[in-house]
Amino acid sequence: MKCEDFSKELIGYLDRRANSAERRQVEEHFTECTACRTRAEEFRELWSVLEEVPAVEPSFGFDARVRQRVAAEPRPRWFGLVPQPRLAFSMALLFALSVWMAKLPPSNTIPTSASTSAESEQFQAIKDLGVLDNYEVLTKFDALSELDAPATEPSEKLPPSHRPGDTNGGA
Amino acid sequence: MVRSDVQLMLDVKAGDDASFDFLLQKYRSPLVNFLYRMVRDTATAEDLAQEVFLRVYRARKQYSPSAKFTTWMFRIATNLALNSLRDNRYRKMETSIDAPQSNEEDAAPRELPAREMRIDEHLLDRDRCDFIRRAIETLPEKQRVAVLLHKYEEMDYGEIAKILECSESALKSLLFRAYETLRVQLAPLVGQRVQQRAGEGRLS
Repeated sequence: MKCEDFSKELIGYLDRRANSAERRQVEEHFTECTACRTRAEEFRELWSVLEEVPAVEPSFGFDARVRQRVAAEPRPRWFGLVPQPRLAFSMALLFALSVWMAKLPPSNTIPTSASTSAESEQFQAIKDLGVLDNYEVLTKFDALSELDAPATEPSEKLPPSHRPGDTNGGA
Repeated sequence: MVRSDVQLMLDVKAGDDASFDFLLQKYRSPLVNFLYRMVRDTATAEDLAQEVFLRVYRARKQYSPSAKFTTWMFRIATNLALNSLRDNRYRKMETSIDAPQSNEEDAAPRELPAREMRIDEHLLDRDRCDFIRRAIETLPEKQRVAVLLHKYEEMDYGEIAKILECSESALKSLLFRAYETLRVQLAPLVGQRVQQRAGEGRLS
């Protein structure tokens, strides 16, 4: 072993982390080189000198200050668990929107029960109108809106030739 | 059952703050000491140590046990200490006339001198420690980190090499150069000890 190689192995030899083969090599070098042996002794003493420096202790309030700062840290919220909160928020919004839209009554679908009965009465009244047999009236269907109530005797307002069941009697 | 640091950290990650307290108790002293030896100011060292713990806590959700917990924590501490030194603010405080001296007195907790101990002996002891601290301080940053982690934290080469981001072989050379510099700088103290040891050898 050369002195140059020895310098790399010396630390491991002194702190006892070198394996047995490395230790043997270093010890063999000691027998050949007094300078390296002296240096090793001085390194060992140097380490003792370095140990003279006392350790410091953290101050009394150190732990409390760390705990205080840790406690002041924001806690994770439920969406903090989601890797991409923005994406999750958009998805949730889209879902809510679709649910809301699904609940909206379609414009051309089934009406409510109350309006259904009212409309069926109206339809019945209109159905009974004899006027519906009159083509001329039907062509001017808007006239129906002028009727106050369902006509009970539509025949009175119609010419005799148009009376129901009288289609053949006029002849 | 004693939980490993990695297990404690995984528990912190799962939301157990009591495990973080275990880590705080375990590493408060080594961290403050390491940082004090780096920046040589107790208040700064404590501020930096608090910051290290806070960063560890903040990073709990991303923590994965790929490296030893101490490697990770001391890497954070090393980076913070080097940034602080480069910032130069604390060095300026040290060289000022008023503040550093009082800091220095706070920084080095010593036992009160025994009644029979002469005041000059006590001062000699203080000067001796100060001499050693200053010798360490004069080392280049990377060498200083290597010596502190090797000598005072007793970390293995692999761990120190990871913290300093170098190979183990490079670390051994770095340590040798650092100790060689210290041997020269502290020659009076080292020589004294060698002579003392030689004297003891002759006596025994």
